Amino acid sequence: MRYITDRKRAVGKGSAHTGAEHHWFMIVSSVALAFMMPAWIFIFGNALGSGYDAALATMSRPFPAILTALVLIVGMIHFHKGGRVMIEDYTAGTTRKLLIMAYVGFSYVMIACGLFALVKIAL
Amino acid sequence: MAEAKRIERPLSPFMFVQYYRLQLTAVTSVMIRITGNAMMVAVLLLIWWLLALAAGPEYFETAEWWITSFVGDLIMFGSLWAIWYHYLGGLRHLVFDAGKGLDIETAEKLGWICVYGSVVLTILTVIIIWL
Repeated sequence: MRYITDRKRAVGKGSAHTGAEHHWFMIVSSVALAFMMPAWIFIFGNALGSGYDAALATMSRPFPAILTALVLIVGMIHFHKGGRVMIEDYTAGTTRKLLIMAYVGFSYVMIACGLFALVKIAL
Repeated sequence: MAEAKRIERPLSPFMFVQYYRLQLTAVTSVMIRITGNAMMVAVLLLIWWLLALAAGPEYFETAEWWITSFVGDLIMFGSLWAIWYHYLGGLRHLVFDAGKGLDIETAEKLGWICVYGSVVLTILTVIIIWL
C-alpha cells in the first residue's frame, strides 16, 4: 500500500514525463499549417511547370518565399514529431531510436536545403 | 484506495487487424498517418526542385522534367490528395480533441467527409490551378 492520495497520483506529467507537450505542439502546428497550406498549394501549384523564368519570378517575391519558408519549417517539425508517434507505436529498442534519428535528420536537412535555395533565389 | 487498480482494459483499436473488425473510424484515422508519412517523397522532390531553381536554368530543366514526367505527375497528384486528406483528417481530430463529435454517428460522418472531401478538394485544386 502506497500512502499517497488520489490527487497526488494524478498531479504531474505522467509516464511520458513531458505531459501533453508533444500533443500540444502537434495541435498548434496543425492549426498554423491549416491556415498556410491552401495559399501555399495555390502558389506552388502555379509555379510548378511554369518554366524557369516564371518560377524564379514567383519564388523571388517576398510573400511566396516567406510562406514557403514557414510551411517548410513548421511542416517538417510537424512531420518528424508526427512520424515519431508512428515509430513509437510500431517499433522498439534500437530500431526505434535509429528511425527517430532518421526522421529528425531528414526533416532538418530538408529545412536547411530549402532555406538555402530560397535565400539564394532571393539574393 | 490510492493504489492503481488493475482493471480489465478494452483492446486498443491499434490491434484492429487481428482482434477488431475493420471500422470506418479506425481506417480513416490510420490513413492520416499513412498520408502524412507518404508526403516525404513530395517534400524530397519539392526541395530538389527549389535547389534546382536556385542552381540555374540548365539544371532546372532536368529537375522539372522529372517532376512533370508521368511518374512525377503521379507522385504530385497523389500527394495533393494526400495533403487534403491529411488536412481534413487533422481538422477532424481537432474536433475530437475539443471533446466534440465523439458519438459513433457523428464520428463516422466526419470520416466520410474526409474520404469524399479530400477527393473533391483535389479535383477543385487541379481545376483552379490549371484553368
